[in-house]
Amino acid sequence: MAEPLLAIENLRTYFHTTAGVARAVDGLSLAVAPGETVGIVGESGCGKSVTALSILRLIAPPGRIESGSHIRFEGRDLLALDDRGMRAIRGNRIAMVFQEPMTALNPVFTVGDQVAEVARIHAGASRAAAWTQAVAMLDRVGIPAPDERAHEYPHQLSGGMRQRVMIAMALMMKPALLIADEPTTALDVTIQAQILELLAELQTQYGMSVLLITHDFGVVAETASRVVVMYGGEAVEQAPVSALFAHPHHPYTRGLLAAMPRLGAGRDRLQTIPGTVPAPTDWPAGCRFRDRCASAWDRCEREHPPLYELSAVQVSRCHLAAEPGRRAAGDAAPAHRVTA
Amino acid sequence: MTTPTRTAAAPLLEVRDLTKHFPRRRALFGPPPTPVRAVDGVSFVIMPGETLGLVGESGCGKTTTGRAILRLVEPTSGSVRFDGHDVLALRGADLRRLRRHMQIVFQDPFSSLNPRMTIGAIVREGLTIHRLAEGDAADRRVKQLLDEVGLRPEYASRYPHEFSGGQRQRVGIARALSVEPSFIVCDEPVSALDVSVQAQVINLLADLRRDRGLAYLFIAHDLAVVEHIADRVAVMYLGHIVELATSRDLYREPLMPYTQALLSAVPVPDPTASRERIILQGDVPSPANPPHGCVFHPRCQHPARDMACTRLVPPLEEKAPGHFVACIKQTPTTVSWAQQQDVGATHPPERYLPVAALHTTSRRPTPP
Amino acid sequence: MSADRAGRAARAWGRVPPGARIAAGVIALFVLGALLAPWLTRYEPWQQLDIVRLQSRPPSWAHPFGTDRYSRDVLTRILFGARVSLSIATLAVLVSSTVGTLYGALAGYAGGAVDAVMMRVIDAMLSVPRVLMLIAVLALWSPVPVTALVLLIGLTGWFDVARLVRGQALALRQREFVVAARSLGASPGAIVWRHIIPNVLSPVIVAGALAVGNVIILEAGLSFLGIGVHEPMASWGTMFQDATVQFVSTWWAVIFPGIAIVATVLAFNALGDALRDVLDPRQLPGHPALDPQEPAHG
Repeated sequence: MAEPLLAIENLRTYFHTTAGVARAVDGLSLAVAPGETVGIVGESGCGKSVTALSILRLIAPPGRIESGSHIRFEGRDLLALDDRGMRAIRGNRIAMVFQEPMTALNPVFTVGDQVAEVARIHAGASRAAAWTQAVAMLDRVGIPAPDERAHEYPHQLSGGMRQRVMIAMALMMKPALLIADEPTTALDVTIQAQILELLAELQTQYGMSVLLITHDFGVVAETASRVVVMYGGEAVEQAPVSALFAHPHHPYTRGLLAAMPRLGAGRDRLQTIPGTVPAPTDWPAGCRFRDRCASAWDRCEREHPPLYELSAVQVSRCHLAAEPGRRAAGDAAPAHRVTA
Repeated sequence: MTTPTRTAAAPLLEVRDLTKHFPRRRALFGPPPTPVRAVDGVSFVIMPGETLGLVGESGCGKTTTGRAILRLVEPTSGSVRFDGHDVLALRGADLRRLRRHMQIVFQDPFSSLNPRMTIGAIVREGLTIHRLAEGDAADRRVKQLLDEVGLRPEYASRYPHEFSGGQRQRVGIARALSVEPSFIVCDEPVSALDVSVQAQVINLLADLRRDRGLAYLFIAHDLAVVEHIADRVAVMYLGHIVELATSRDLYREPLMPYTQALLSAVPVPDPTASRERIILQGDVPSPANPPHGCVFHPRCQHPARDMACTRLVPPLEEKAPGHFVACIKQTPTTVSWAQQQDVGATHPPERYLPVAALHTTSRRPTPP
Repeated sequence: MSADRAGRAARAWGRVPPGARIAAGVIALFVLGALLAPWLTRYEPWQQLDIVRLQSRPPSWAHPFGTDRYSRDVLTRILFGARVSLSIATLAVLVSSTVGTLYGALAGYAGGAVDAVMMRVIDAMLSVPRVLMLIAVLALWSPVPVTALVLLIGLTGWFDVARLVRGQALALRQREFVVAARSLGASPGAIVWRHIIPNVLSPVIVAGALAVGNVIILEAGLSFLGIGVHEPMASWGTMFQDATVQFVSTWWAVIFPGIAIVATVLAFNALGDALRDVLDPRQLPGHPALDPQEPAHG
């Protein structure tokens, strides 16, 4: 790919707690091209949210981005920037939308004020100019009667509206990269559909890249062009979205796809992934997924798998790439395949 | 309004016209505010061993319905009969005795367990209250229950914060089972869990149902989960049941425009599927101020929607065997064209079933 | 699983900041001193030694804290005084915490009119200034046996605890595990006992630690005024009373009890603050990266 907009290399974010060192992100590398939507999928404890916070350097002690990590954005090394430099990036070139709009918005300021504040901080706009831009932005994100709504407080708006306000705030400065951390998880499914459609529209209009973090494969299938599956603080599989769904390689990816109940799939017993996610203070040696993997054998305990290249575009952190014959019969193929 | 019933065998739970209005505080001046009509005339029946799914989005009243049935929230009006007993008429110790048979599993695995009690004590509480077992016998029973839900018996002396969300949910299930109920209200039991853990808990609930002959009222907003586990499904919107059918019929042929929109909004994990979507405009209206007539009419996309929809409250009628829908514009309907015209109808009812709402046509699960 | 508990306790101790550990140490020191008083000193607290030669003597090897104007050894009186002051304070706080917790839990769980009435009763009682009322009662009734003193102090000090607990109980009522207990068929009494009270104890313990400091001062004040603990029982407050007459010339008789009071009260305050930090975070679901057992939402 041409020069990527965002290039993360060997990101390691560790939390040094009294209970031990939690290796929340342990060697993640990924790249986002301009205009691309990359989905990061994983469950709790896989490190996806910490990754997002690390990009914006919002990690507070006892968390720390360890040396050896590199994050390059628009050609610059984000980890080398000082506070001022970083503040110029946040909300301006890289913006973030969070999962819970109620907690991310300040309850004592009107939504108009909060959106306008972005322009005041980054563009030095006057109050009046900023307010006008804010109202225009609220309109752009689909809030009806925006000039009236701008005077309302967050608690007066519904969840979907609040999320739209957050998106408005994020897009005020037309950032090159939008990081959306589970932006629709807290929303009803019909509202989720609206928000995803809005994001797609805005992305095309502004030509921005989106890093979408979610646990929902359905959302990923509809919005992302490339997918990174995370487990145990690492990427375990990366592929373009069609390749991932057509032939998922890593047993965790396959397990997740098989465990999802799908509409129209009947009522057979769901495939499950036995066991639970290990603690980030205690990643198992070798492959971190081996305790839960039907295909694991001794190599998996001895040797931490690298990212094997399955093709020019798909990688998988699994020794099955080297020894495909070892794949267990019980390793579920996804139950859902398009015949057309 | 015809209440959906099943013939043969007596129903385990019969709910008729259940209503719950939450009063709002009056401001110092001005007219008294309208109450929040969380549940507004809900009726359904659950047979022994049956699972009824209750789906809807936030504010539709499904959680309130579940709690009102158990009288964890006092209904404003209506009737609830459980195994022949009038639940709403019971008081004090009688009500507590009945509580044995109707249990609940909560959504949030973090707040539904007392952080100061060991999980053994949590599971044991029911046994103590209803004097089902004491001392060593109680200990054994607790260990059996923990085992049944897939937890190691040694965990009994540990505290909730030492466990993950999925494990805590299992504790909640064990607690509900401890008193040997015949009916459990599952209030979004897997919504707060990760996908892989969700699958484990859903399988567990299905197994328990099979082994113990339990009936469930399965409340959820995730349609795929509900389709998976429920025999029949009721769709709620703003306090009303707008569609009620078997799981299969609902997903193959949703007749209520709201259900259609709901189904089409679910993201499909298949990037090659071209999905048309029915995108509903605007937000759900406030339950304190529901629209007149059909509560869904402001957002409805049915081609025959017109003035009549704002005037007439659609009855929940049987449009196909066992399939009940509340829509005067979806054929067949007992609300005659003449009646509709009387209130200003301009579009006659028609059958509307958009492709965007269907998930089962072009998909065939391939065997692993 | 006592190994488990020990592990947890050790980790909790690890979270205590060094200042608070010093506080705990100071308190332990005084408690030990109080308990072992008879073995640590050669004299009795009321024992008047040589009236002629040992009256108001400054600190020396024989009497590290000097003697007071009744030629009693100050160090001995401080140690025995610790017994009196600490036990009165802890018992009184125990009384007020217990009464306040029960009252507040019942009011908070009952809610509605019952709660309103119970709270108004507290409001009424609070309108009477505690210290003045104690002074009035004790002065009229003096000399007062120590048990009565403890009860009086305790029974006039439970209102804040009750308010605190009632607020917590109101919030707890809505928590799902309380709803779960109702759904199991638990009676209101059982719910208050098993679910409400154990979950309000943390703030009560914290408030209690701070209150002990307050009561020590209160008792010292009352004893200083002559209406608290009576001669010849030594309490830090009565030592003040004796010594202030000749404060300038016998500074040791005032300073040392003063230091004892200040040190103990500061230590209890620090302990209270530390307890607040140690007890509370356990309830909160942790940050997913820090507390790996808690999956984040979703």
